[in-house]
Amino acid sequence: MAGEEGKIDPMHQFEIKPIFDGGFEIAGQAINFTNSALWMILTFIALWIFMLGGMKREIIPGRWQVMVESMSNFVTNMLTSNVGEAGRKYVPYVFSLFMFILFANILGMLPIGVLGLKPFTVTSHIAITGILAVLSFSIVLIVGFWKHGLHFFSLFVPHGTPLPMVPFIAVIEFISFMIRPFSLGLRLFVAMTAGHVLLKVLGGFVINSTNAGAGYGALVGIPSFMLMVGISALELLVAVIQAYVFALLTSLYINDAENLH
Amino acid sequence: MPQISQLVSTFGSQFFWLAITFGLVYLLIGRSMLPKIQSTVDARNKRIADDLDAARIAHKQADEIEEKYQVRQAADREEAQKITAEAKAKAGKASEKRVRDADKRIATKIAKAEEEIAAQTQAALGEIESVTAEATQDIVSKLTAAKVTKAKAVKAVKGALANV
Repeated sequence: MAGEEGKIDPMHQFEIKPIFDGGFEIAGQAINFTNSALWMILTFIALWIFMLGGMKREIIPGRWQVMVESMSNFVTNMLTSNVGEAGRKYVPYVFSLFMFILFANILGMLPIGVLGLKPFTVTSHIAITGILAVLSFSIVLIVGFWKHGLHFFSLFVPHGTPLPMVPFIAVIEFISFMIRPFSLGLRLFVAMTAGHVLLKVLGGFVINSTNAGAGYGALVGIPSFMLMVGISALELLVAVIQAYVFALLTSLYINDAENLH
Repeated sequence: MPQISQLVSTFGSQFFWLAITFGLVYLLIGRSMLPKIQSTVDARNKRIADDLDAARIAHKQADEIEEKYQVRQAADREEAQKITAEAKAKAGKASEKRVRDADKRIATKIAKAEEEIAAQTQAALGEIESVTAEATQDIVSKLTAAKVTKAKAVKAVKGALANV
C-alpha cells in the first residue's frame, strides 16, 4: 500500500496486475489471469454458494432459503412492477446483473487487508461497468427494434408533444437516450472508486499522523479512524444501492423497449 | 488513475474474464438456479392460496351445515310440540270420558240405592201399619168390649199415621 518515500497512493488499489506469468493474445489484446479476474471468479463462486443455499426447495424455508428467495422475489417484483408480466422473462438477466454487481461490490469491501491480502473491487473499473452498461443498453435496443421495428423511434416523441416542437424534443430525447449507457456505467464506477479512494486517503491520514508522533496521532488519526468506520458503513450501503440502481435503471430501460410509452 | 491509464492495456483481459464469469452467472445462476427458486416460491404461494381457498370453502360448508341444522332443529321442535299437544289433547279426552263413565256408574248406583231405600222404607211403613193395626185391635178389645174389625183398625191407623 505504501509507495515510495512513505507516500500512500490511494489509486494503487485499483491497479490491475497479472497474478501468473504467461497469458495469451486475442485480436492483439493480452489476456492474463489478473487480480481482477481472480475477484470476478471469487464473485461468481460466492454467488454460486449463496444460491446453492436456496436450492433446498422446501415448502417451509430455512433462513438461508428465505434470503435467496427474497432476493429472487425482490428482482421479480422490480421487473413485474416496472415492466408488467412481460418483465418476467428478463428476470434471469437482471437478477444476474444485480447479484453480480452486489457481490462484487461487497467482496471488494471485505477487510481482508488485515490478513495481508489485497481486496479488489471489480466494479470500480470503468471497463467492467461500461461493458455491463453497454450489454444492458444493447438488450434494450435489440428488444425495442425486435418488438416494435422502426416504430421504436416513436420513443423519442413523447405523447402530446405539439407538432412544431417535435424535432427539438426528438433531438433532446435522442441525446438523453444515447447518454444512458454512459451514465449507467459511470455511476457505478464513480461511486465505487470514490468510496474506496476516500477510505484509503483516511487510512493514509491515520498511518502518517501516527508515524509523525503520538500527538498528531491523537489529533488527526483518531478522528480519521472514526470517520473511516462511519464511511465504511456508508460504503456498504452504497454497494447495495448502486447494485439496486443499476438493476432498476436496466429494468426501466427494458420497460421503454417492451412497452414504448 | 489505473482505471483510465490501464484501460487500453487491460480492456481485453477484463472483457475476457467478465464474459466468462458473467456468462457463468447468467447461465448457471440466472438461467438454471433462479427458475427453480422462483418455481419453489410460486408453488408455495399457490399452495397457500389453495389452502386459503379450501379453508374458505370449508368455512362456507360449515355455515351451510349449521344453517341446515338450525332449520331442522326448529322443525323438529315444532313437530315435538305438535305431538305433545296432540298427546295432551288425547289424554285430556280420555280422562274426561273416564270421569264421565265413572259419574254415570256412580249415578246409577246411587239411583239403585235410593230405590232400595225407598222400597225398604215402604216395606217398613207397611209393617208398622199392620203391627199398629193389630196392636190397636188388641188395645181396643182389651179396654172395650167393642170389637174392631181389622179394616177399621187399619183405616184408623192410616189416618193417624198420616197426621204424624
